[in-house]
Amino acid sequence: MPLSSEPSWLNCEVSTGTTIMAVEFEGGVVIGSDSRVSAGQSVVNRVMNKLSRLHDNVYCALSGSAADAQAVADIVDYQLDLHSIAMGRLPLVRSAANMVKDISYKYKEELVAHLIVAGWDKRCGGQVFGTLGGLLIRQPFAVGGSGSTYIYGYVDATYRPGMSKEDCLQFTTNALSLAMGRDGSSGGVVYLVSITEKGTEEKVVLGNNLPQFFDDETQLV
Amino acid sequence: MASLSVCQPQCGGFSFENSKRNALLEAEFTKLGHSLPAARKTGTTICGVVFKDGVVLGADTRATEGMIVADKNCSKIHYISPNIYCCGAGTAADTEMTTQIISSNLELHALSTGRPSRVATANRMLKQMLFRYQGYIGAALVLGGVDSAGPHLYSIYPHGSTDKLPYVTMGSGSLAAMAVFEDRYKQDMEEGEAKQLVRDAIAAGIFNDLGSGSNIDLCVITKNNIDYIRPHDKANKKGVRSGSYKYKRGTTGVLTKNIIPLDLELVEEVVQTMDTS
Repeated sequence: MPLSSEPSWLNCEVSTGTTIMAVEFEGGVVIGSDSRVSAGQSVVNRVMNKLSRLHDNVYCALSGSAADAQAVADIVDYQLDLHSIAMGRLPLVRSAANMVKDISYKYKEELVAHLIVAGWDKRCGGQVFGTLGGLLIRQPFAVGGSGSTYIYGYVDATYRPGMSKEDCLQFTTNALSLAMGRDGSSGGVVYLVSITEKGTEEKVVLGNNLPQFFDDETQLV
Repeated sequence: MASLSVCQPQCGGFSFENSKRNALLEAEFTKLGHSLPAARKTGTTICGVVFKDGVVLGADTRATEGMIVADKNCSKIHYISPNIYCCGAGTAADTEMTTQIISSNLELHALSTGRPSRVATANRMLKQMLFRYQGYIGAALVLGGVDSAGPHLYSIYPHGSTDKLPYVTMGSGSLAAMAVFEDRYKQDMEEGEAKQLVRDAIAAGIFNDLGSGSNIDLCVITKNNIDYIRPHDKANKKGVRSGSYKYKRGTTGVLTKNIIPLDLELVEEVVQTMDTS
């Protein structure tokens, strides 16, 4: 029996339950997310794009509390804008990740959000940074959000260095679909963004086009 | 995190624990000639939809104070700027004041820029204020308007997160209203269609949610015109009493009459003249 007479989703904080992922490849990165936003047991947005543009060549993926993640992304968007105008060139991915890390670390106790920062710059090519808890770590690939726990085995087994862009897109789509299949807080569609020297390409994989994996229902004829 | 336990019953969903007890009580009551008390309502249904030429915002009109209806016909669609309106759910004072503050700041901003306000600006101001107060301002808003970049609709939550969508619902009746939207929403609807859809969504909230009630207000915002229709639909008209229940003079018979004059002594008389010049 619920404790309060009101349904839980009325006063629950809105969270992007979520599965997010980013993978480096030679010449760029692929960053992807699901699209579900929940408030308690209710889905309040089934098509949210959690890939937030920090700059033309740097994107970040949002997870955790929707308000906290959006606030951090908005602040870093602003700071990075100023920074790149001051420097007169596109920002480094590490600079963007550093800004996210600074906020995440300073307000560690108050915030409940994890942002994965990924992008391409001329100095170091494609890079993926994790900022969980206020650390800054470069990784070949990173997964995050509540759904990520279900796919650690899959990503560890499947990732190989030297994948192409198409391989990475497929890898990300597969991993996100698997997570969405098991995590109640992830679902909807898959948003993908690939960032290379040539620019950014945005893609949406709708529900009926998601890769099919083992599903109890499909097995029975 | 998730933990698997087979023997524990689920906490979510419907609980039918009290159905047996209720059935017994109802039987007892009817035996004595009474009926069970009706369910009380609290909460709100607000929603918005983007159509071909603009946005339609809708709201019910009941305001509650705990278990009591404080206002049977309150206005939940607030003015933000000539081209932007905002529906508010949650704590009435919070939604009222928040929208007034942002409306005021937006007017100053518009004078400063020399341009009509944009919906995205109002959204930014609202979300940054609500985030600053970390959810303590209980305002859940549906913000809609038409600006130089077209029609826009946002939902804004008390903690400061926002969603930009073609159709949104908020409040305790949001699930009922969203069910209607998910069934019948189409892109590029005509104004009449959109108004009917919003009306039906709010009606779903009023009748199916133990949360909202009274009338349906609509606000249609297009590029050159605002239609603030209050009320659009009087969904709950007060019934007409079928008989007169006044007792005629003489119904109660007077048995005895006893007049006791009170002996009062004038102690002090002070006259204060009023200055009416």
